[in-house]
Amino acid sequence: MSAISTRSLTRRFGDFVAVDGVDLEVADGEIYGLLGPNGAGKSTTVRMLCTLLAPTEGQALVAGHDVATEPGQVRLRIGVALQEAALDPKQTGRELLRLQGRLYGLTKTEATNRADELTELIGIGDAIDRPIGAYSGGMKRRLDLATALVHHPEVLFLDEPTTGLDPASRAKVWDEVRRLNQELGMTILLTTQYLEEADLLADRVGIIDGGRLVAQGTPTELKRTVGTDVIVAGIDGDAASARAAVSGLPGVADVEVHGHELVISTSDGSATIGPVAVALHDRSIGVRNLTLRTPTLDDVFLELTGNRMQADDEHFTGDDPTTEHPTSQPTSQATTQSPTQPVSTERPPSTLEEVSR
Amino acid sequence: MTAIIAPARTTPVRARPAGFVHDTMTVAGRPSRRAPGSEAVIPPVFIAIFFFLVNIATLKNLTEGNIQGFDYTAFQMPTAILLGVTGVSRAPALVLDVQNGYLDRLLLTPIRRLSILVGHLIADVVVAAALTIPILLIGLLLGVRFEAGPLGIVVFVALAAVWSLAFAGFGYAIALKTGNPAAVQSMFMLFFPFLFLTTSYVPRSQLSGWLDTVATFNPVTYLLEGLRSLVFQGWTSDLLAAVIAVVVIGTLSMSLCLAALRSRVNTG
Repeated sequence: MSAISTRSLTRRFGDFVAVDGVDLEVADGEIYGLLGPNGAGKSTTVRMLCTLLAPTEGQALVAGHDVATEPGQVRLRIGVALQEAALDPKQTGRELLRLQGRLYGLTKTEATNRADELTELIGIGDAIDRPIGAYSGGMKRRLDLATALVHHPEVLFLDEPTTGLDPASRAKVWDEVRRLNQELGMTILLTTQYLEEADLLADRVGIIDGGRLVAQGTPTELKRTVGTDVIVAGIDGDAASARAAVSGLPGVADVEVHGHELVISTSDGSATIGPVAVALHDRSIGVRNLTLRTPTLDDVFLELTGNRMQADDEHFTGDDPTTEHPTSQPTSQATTQSPTQPVSTERPPSTLEEVSR
Repeated sequence: MTAIIAPARTTPVRARPAGFVHDTMTVAGRPSRRAPGSEAVIPPVFIAIFFFLVNIATLKNLTEGNIQGFDYTAFQMPTAILLGVTGVSRAPALVLDVQNGYLDRLLLTPIRRLSILVGHLIADVVVAAALTIPILLIGLLLGVRFEAGPLGIVVFVALAAVWSLAFAGFGYAIALKTGNPAAVQSMFMLFFPFLFLTTSYVPRSQLSGWLDTVATFNPVTYLLEGLRSLVFQGWTSDLLAAVIAVVVIGTLSMSLCLAALRSRVNTG
């Protein structure tokens, strides 16, 4: 059963089409990442799915209920943390959690217990009894997320949950999202403009641009559609000889030389990188570093839209395709992985659902 | 890395519809808990008491000397109370809720949309009723007595509070429509003159020219006369006219308010 299902979901503001015929299927227990730049239509889509905004056209079912005709049923089953932490700065954190519980129909005892549990677990100490206006951005975000969980929702919407957070806080949010999904089986739809976030967290990613869902699939599927793996070898010695050494190897599609670098295109990088290292060694060519990287989601976005993704802030560099990760043991599986682009030895199924219009 | 929320004990709870009354009272509980001492209450009480005492000191001898048997303190008390309760509203706070996203947080819960509005309004009524008490006590200390008796005092307070609600509806309508605090403040400034284009300071018989004409069409005139009738005369038809005036204004303001709420909910 799909936790979220949309058909031709559309939202117009006057003549401006913010969301244009989005078809979306998010399975129960899945983490789905909606990836796109600012203004792509991510937040508008979320606001329609969580009943804050009526669709202009199309249909959306969340937790089995229509957002337009059964909004109350949808609201009972979802938790939402919007892009800006939606908190009353004059309330204390504890007051907010209790009130939130009461608004979801919990008894006073239940609401108090849940507030206490979340207070204990949220890890902001005595600050929970201070006005929220005095909280740091990270504390507000954590409280906002806790508030969305008061009633144990089936489906959780996180609209850019890490925008504006420092890297450490981001990592904590990612951990929590994984935990909610793995331990509680919660279906999570998150929007992000961060490539790394979508890649690391989401089981499947939908790329949205100009209000249209231009592609969706697992991160690996998406990346496989735009090209081959790339092995980059920094060498000491004769580049022409090195090129000749690796050109005939099975799986090598193309070899280019850039100064003291060989850029080797291959259909299966993890299977090819070992023979490449051996071939260079056999020709007595020194290898300073050997890097395997897969195409990135940015490459996918570029392929589909003609533009690079650009996040609002500059904290993220982890998905930079030009970043190399030197290895000393090129034949080892561990050394063939970019920290941000894990390489699978399995060939991903070609089931990418192209939804370009 | 530490998870934000580690696995731990959880109370098995399930969200469920709680009913209109529960929803409304839950929403009402939030603003009313913070109301005493807040900026929404102290200034109106202070201003009302200030003008009550100053007006008595200024005009008591003049009016009572010219109108035989006239009790200016009793006459001024309803004016002071209307001055205090008119504009008592959480509408500016609702604007902040719109701006900081908390209204979205409320709209995301399964409570009825109308409960959000009515909850705020109920909180305002409670505050307005409470606000009349100190002015009423000062009036009683200064010798004001109600011809309508104790029940008249209750009706007096209730009518003033409901008027406050009717007037506040305009503020909520603008708050919901615009989400702009300046617009809400401007609305109160725009409507405030109506409190003075009436029998605020002297009886209707003493008004003349254009002010008498304006007062005839000003619903505040009938409200003041209804409130004063409880003090001076007991139970008369003036009270009915006051109730009708409040109902007319309230119907208008609440209609605007509900339209603004619908608009905000539909457009997000």
